[in-house]
Amino acid sequence: MKLEIAHLSKSFGALKVTDDVSLAVAPGEIHAIIGPNGAGKTTLIAQLSGQLAPDAGRVILDGQDITGRSMAERVHMGLARSFQITQVLPGFTVLENVALAVQARRGSSFRFFARVAEEAALNRAALDALAEAGLDDRAHVVARALSHGEHRRLELAIALATGPRVLLLDEPLAGVGGEEADAFVARLKALKGRLTMVLIEHDMEAVFALADRVSVLVYGQVIATGAPDAVRSDPQVRAAYLGEEEESAA
Amino acid sequence: MTNLFVLQLLNGLQLGVLLFLIAAGLTLVFGIMDVINLAHGVLYMVGAYLIATFAAATGSFWWGLLLMLPAAVAVGLALEWVVMRRLYARSHLDQVLATFGLVMMANEVVKIVWGVSPLSVPLPGILSGSVPLMGPLQYPVYRIAIIVAGLAVALGLFLMVNYTRIGMLLRAGATNRDMVSALGVDIGRLFAVVFTLGAVLACLAGALVAPILSVDTGMGESVLILTFVVVVIGGIGSIKGAFLGAILVAVVDTLGGVFGPILLRQVLDPAAAGQAGRTLAPMLVYILMAVILFARPAGLFGRRG
Amino acid sequence: MAEAAIPAPARRPVLAGRVKAALVLFGLFAALPPVAAAAGDPFLVLIATRILAYAIAAMALDLILGFGAMVSFGHAAYLGFGAYAVAILASFGITDIFVQIACAAGVSALFALVTGAISLRTRGVYFIMITLAFGQMAFFFFISLSAYGGDDGVGLRSRSTLFGTDLLENDVTLFYVTLAVLAALFLACHRIVGSRFGRVLTGIRENPVRMEAIGFTPFRYQLTAFVISGMMTSVAGVMLANQAEFVSPAFMSWHRSGELIVMVVLGGIGTLAGAIGGAVAALVLEEALGMMTEHWPFWFGLFLVLMVLFSPRGITGFVEKLGRRRP
Repeated sequence: MKLEIAHLSKSFGALKVTDDVSLAVAPGEIHAIIGPNGAGKTTLIAQLSGQLAPDAGRVILDGQDITGRSMAERVHMGLARSFQITQVLPGFTVLENVALAVQARRGSSFRFFARVAEEAALNRAALDALAEAGLDDRAHVVARALSHGEHRRLELAIALATGPRVLLLDEPLAGVGGEEADAFVARLKALKGRLTMVLIEHDMEAVFALADRVSVLVYGQVIATGAPDAVRSDPQVRAAYLGEEEESAA
Repeated sequence: MTNLFVLQLLNGLQLGVLLFLIAAGLTLVFGIMDVINLAHGVLYMVGAYLIATFAAATGSFWWGLLLMLPAAVAVGLALEWVVMRRLYARSHLDQVLATFGLVMMANEVVKIVWGVSPLSVPLPGILSGSVPLMGPLQYPVYRIAIIVAGLAVALGLFLMVNYTRIGMLLRAGATNRDMVSALGVDIGRLFAVVFTLGAVLACLAGALVAPILSVDTGMGESVLILTFVVVVIGGIGSIKGAFLGAILVAVVDTLGGVFGPILLRQVLDPAAAGQAGRTLAPMLVYILMAVILFARPAGLFGRRG
Repeated sequence: MAEAAIPAPARRPVLAGRVKAALVLFGLFAALPPVAAAAGDPFLVLIATRILAYAIAAMALDLILGFGAMVSFGHAAYLGFGAYAVAILASFGITDIFVQIACAAGVSALFALVTGAISLRTRGVYFIMITLAFGQMAFFFFISLSAYGGDDGVGLRSRSTLFGTDLLENDVTLFYVTLAVLAALFLACHRIVGSRFGRVLTGIRENPVRMEAIGFTPFRYQLTAFVISGMMTSVAGVMLANQAEFVSPAFMSWHRSGELIVMVVLGGIGTLAGAIGGAVAALVLEEALGMMTEHWPFWFGLFLVLMVLFSPRGITGFVEKLGRRRP
């Protein structure tokens, strides 16, 4: 599924957080958006997912203008997102968290009598999504008892369980390191081709391992878009972003 | 008809300034501390009982009023210190339960201390009598005095909120509490000041109205909910909203009660009009609230939805 | 099947425990009339009927307060709709309890739909104050009905009829019918909580942003729950009117709404059976304090204040962030 962004703009007061952003994400592509802190990456995701209304511009999903659609409507059209700060239902088990996402697209939720816990179809689909995120062994743990890394995987599993064709991932690796991060990247790689992905990520290793194309966002503007290697060697990008990142990492 | 209208408009204005005095404190407490206080109506009642007691003891309305004020400060501070400050960080449900408990306690304490029969407060001599208004129309001096006093307090509050340091903190606090603590302000003290100020204003409203109402235990209840309507209409945290909301609610309530049946008589037979008028009049302010909230969920001057 | 490979859900026993608690409560209630008869205190059955009616209302409130984090402070209005449905229909000669319940539930559904749709666009203190104000509006409406006694209320000439008989005139029969209604509604609430709908409602309580991000519009589900809760509460009002053989606006004063919340909290919010226990506890406490002193509200109020102040994290901890303003 194709996702297009045309001349998207958003200001908070005098601050332009999204400044005439246009992008086209091809079906099956992993498109990474990188940029320094405060560049407006999360705000962009919020506008794509419908959490925030843009001041101007359009968001087009497979040729259909979805700019005015609510977050819930977009999910039903196949556009799902994960959150940078984990948003789960803390008192629900892992399985229930994911089964609810399956429930949202399968049949009416205005059913008042039959026990949802006994709906095998929901649980099966939820377990499939959990397996893809590598969390199936923790299905019956209450979400608030999970480790940080497990929370990140649950976040991914929930997004996958909505049956998306376009997935917006807001720093899925935030706070995850080492082997856990490698395993996470491998899982995303396994999804490649099946889903269109917009990936915001600070972990450059992950970005260059996954992305087909990279866009660099600085002060709300896209200053470069292209293949990872081309972007990596772009002098403008190095000056604005990568150099700074390497210095701070050193 | 015109005379009746002017008379009722004045009555509405008088009720409005009283509602404003009560609502001003409530809206600040809601807006700045995010605390719901069901016991705010109790303070209005306490103000009336205090002035009744002091006026009876001293034989003078003015001494009563003067003594009521420090007593009101003491009541406000004590309430804040013993109960309210422990509720700031709690859930709204906890706040509802605790302040509901306070209402039950306060009503009983009043019954124990002052008995169940209503008290009355004599009108101060200098403000008794009426003045001619227009044509044959007379209006009681005391009610005019309430309007003037209420407007004066409103003006004072307006100046305080807009031109003083504490007012600046109040405005900042209503918009963004974290910012105020980031400014290095002692939030605990600011809250205590705001709560006590609100308590004194509510007590003052009760004291002012005491000479023209019978002072009884139920008086805080009906006013409390009317005040909630005012705060919700005006927008939580907004003094300006509380003022306009109070006047709007009071005028609609007063005029509706009188002119509703008169207007209905044009379309219905007298008996039906009488019943319909009696039914609709007390519901008018709530219908007004519903309409305003439907258009603006955050109230007229509210920032949040 | 995949389910066979995974261990049994950890939370099932808890729910089962709550059902058990409710069954024990129902059993104890069922044993009450013979005991009261033996003790020579027939009045006890009437008091117990009143407690059962309030238990229905508290449980209905728990459905939205405990499972939906909606602090409705206007639920006494629905008690009033139920009670006045009995009185008003009876004055037109309609005494059949099923017709009365249907009317009460219909009016309540309409009122809940309209006021809920307005209240649910807001949250936090707004929601509490607006539901309180709408409750008060209903209160004033019934005060103005001079044909039904206005402020003073009106006595019922007779109780409702059941299948055309006057069986309910017998206090013990009324008691058992009320108990049966409570049990049936408990079962209904229990199934709702465990259903697809219940899971969505509870999910919205836990994290509304997450629910929107997986494709749910919270408003629809919250409003539906609000309407269901209002309808159920009105059934309690029907039973209450029959118990008291009298209806008055006092059934729907805002104090009554507050007491319903107290009952839910006393029993533990979000437990259903707890709300029933809470209704028993609150009303028994009221009766007991009332026997000791005419100033019992003071002690009841003090009990509430102390309970809140001295519970370390608040008695209603988990509603905390949800009652608070939107991020």
